[in-house]
Amino acid sequence: MSRPATVKNAETLRDVAGEGYKYGFVTEIESESAPPGLNEDIVAFISAKKEEPRWLLDWRLDAFRHWRQMAEPHWAKLRVAPIDYQAATYYSAPKRQNAPKSLDEVDPELLKTYEKLGIPLNERAALAGVAVDAVFDSVSVATTFKDKLAELGIIFCSFGEAVREHGDLVRQYLGSVVPPGDNFFAALNSAVFSDGSFAYVPPGVRCPMELSTYFRINAAKTGQFERTLIIADKGSYVSYLEGCTAPQRDENQLHAAVVELVALEGAEIKYSTVQNWYPGDAEGKGGIYNFVTKRGACRGANSKISWTQVETGSAITWKYPSCILEGDNSVGEFYSVAITNNLQQADTGTKMIHLGRNTRSTIVSKGISAGRGQNTYRGLVRIQPKAENARNYTQCDSLLIGHKCGAHTLPYIEVRNPSARVEHEATTSKISDDQMFYCRQRGLTQEDALSLIVNGFCKEVLKELPMEFAVEAQKLLAVSLEGSVG
Amino acid sequence: MLEIRNLHARIADGREILKGIDLAVAAGEVHAIMGPNGSGKSTLAGVLSGRPGYEVTEGSVTYLGRDLLALGPDERARAGVFLAFQYPVEIPGVNNMYFLRAALNSVRRARGEADLDAGQFLKAVRAKLKLLEIGEDLLQRGVNVGFSGGEKKRNEIFQMAMLEPRLAILDETDSGLDIDALRMVARGINALRGPERSIVMITHYQRLLEHVVPDRVHVLSGGRIVKSGGKELALELELTGYGAYGDAA
Repeated sequence: MSRPATVKNAETLRDVAGEGYKYGFVTEIESESAPPGLNEDIVAFISAKKEEPRWLLDWRLDAFRHWRQMAEPHWAKLRVAPIDYQAATYYSAPKRQNAPKSLDEVDPELLKTYEKLGIPLNERAALAGVAVDAVFDSVSVATTFKDKLAELGIIFCSFGEAVREHGDLVRQYLGSVVPPGDNFFAALNSAVFSDGSFAYVPPGVRCPMELSTYFRINAAKTGQFERTLIIADKGSYVSYLEGCTAPQRDENQLHAAVVELVALEGAEIKYSTVQNWYPGDAEGKGGIYNFVTKRGACRGANSKISWTQVETGSAITWKYPSCILEGDNSVGEFYSVAITNNLQQADTGTKMIHLGRNTRSTIVSKGISAGRGQNTYRGLVRIQPKAENARNYTQCDSLLIGHKCGAHTLPYIEVRNPSARVEHEATTSKISDDQMFYCRQRGLTQEDALSLIVNGFCKEVLKELPMEFAVEAQKLLAVSLEGSVG
Repeated sequence: MLEIRNLHARIADGREILKGIDLAVAAGEVHAIMGPNGSGKSTLAGVLSGRPGYEVTEGSVTYLGRDLLALGPDERARAGVFLAFQYPVEIPGVNNMYFLRAALNSVRRARGEADLDAGQFLKAVRAKLKLLEIGEDLLQRGVNVGFSGGEKKRNEIFQMAMLEPRLAILDETDSGLDIDALRMVARGINALRGPERSIVMITHYQRLLEHVVPDRVHVLSGGRIVKSGGKELALELELTGYGAYGDAA
């Protein structure tokens, strides 16, 4: 008679792993799309569809001309299948007669989609205290709480509406942090962006609720190119949440967004992302290419920008939310959790550019690799000559689950002022069999044990998220790692 | 409660460590298993608790009428088997209190009891903390992270007191404890003694047995139990040492 002391577990795990990606449904809605391909006519088509002023069309065309001269970046530690930019469709909008005036007029199919995603778009929103600007493919569908925010002078609306209603503000700040020719994907976005979110918080106002945008890519073969611009005027505060899901499809979809943040004197912006785009299946088929440029400028003295991201989805993630610390005493923060499971790849990190005196930055990055996932932290800390007494603290921790995955840490540090203090700490660890056994001996299932250990590893980042997001993120971590041990 | 018959087990490199263990522990009994280093004490604890890395090649273990070896480690735990680790494991970032509550609620659910809410849990925790003279600050730290050797062992006994297992296996819980900590740990174990509960204490030394008096003492040597007796056997061992049992294999 022969019997191993432990059996069982593998099967239990497989059962759970079968649960798969929960947001892989497709909404059947007639959409109005541009023909596939990209040229100046398409750019003009998008601009015309959105009834944009001439200056914006010119801005787009300028970006397009930049883009045509540029090449895809290949310095990241990523293997990307060739992208045919002429095969994609650059504009897709749900077809409708007139713009909805209230939620009652919104297509019920759309509302159902949001319900499945758990977005509090209706009255529940009030209880949850979340104002949602929901972006469905390219057009912003409904914006809640606008009136309440308007009383405080806060503008929170779709990007398209901002162009129409607050053109001067948009014109003043658009591209001021991420110029149209900044990089290949930012230039592409600048040429063809179709919608996104816009927020402006006036001087001295503390935004009383978390502003939230849910992005969702629905139509097949559509790239989503949204554009987010947030301006916190002097002495104001705003916290912004961004959540992302996408349907399950076999082909890869491109997502090239641009986010620009501007914090004026004494202002603070907190930007939190939970990214759960479809990661592709276990064999690496399908999934989102998430090539995103996010950057914030601490323009005024004593301003602060804090990025927090939990990246669990996408086949490939290429993003480096960054801070330009121009104002004296300004503060930049970057808290990140990135998970790669199965064949997912992530090359992510941040750039902290210190220009002003006494500027401080903190980087805490937690990379988790499982399956055959490849996870790279790439971060730049640059202290410019005028940045007296600049300080940076960087901590990069990698956690490996299994023995076919990879973790890489690539810090770049450039110091041009001798008064700077820059600290960098990095660790790599494996979840030990002893830790798993200890948890299981106390009665936790294998899945619960893994979730507990991983959440402990990510704790310093998760605690930066707003409460309701933190709970969602914890669940996502567990779901993303299902089937990775056993 | 626990019946082990002709148990043989080997480790990954193929070496057979347990070479036919027979042991019966009735409900309410405390058994001490003593033996020299390398006699198979920790292997026995590992096999009973389902630690990966051991293969049972022969024999059976019945626990409360069930085939214990067919259960995964977490299933055994939820069925009431507790192992106090010789080397408790650190889990950074996981709050000790949170960990304990997750463990307790999973065990309670298996027993058909409702989860404890935060208030009830805290009340239960405070009572047990007092018994073991553990400060509340220990609960707010990461699981075993930065604990002294003595604190780790006391934390094990504290977890045991909270989880109220039917069968507790203590693997060298007394090693590395000073006399005060030993007394506290012993108090925790004694408080758990009861007609419905069995305790298996694995130890190298006799000194824990002065504080927790066993019903039976077994000498393990060369992967077999070579002698069994009452509590006086432990005293005898203290005088003669394990030399007499040498490598009985």
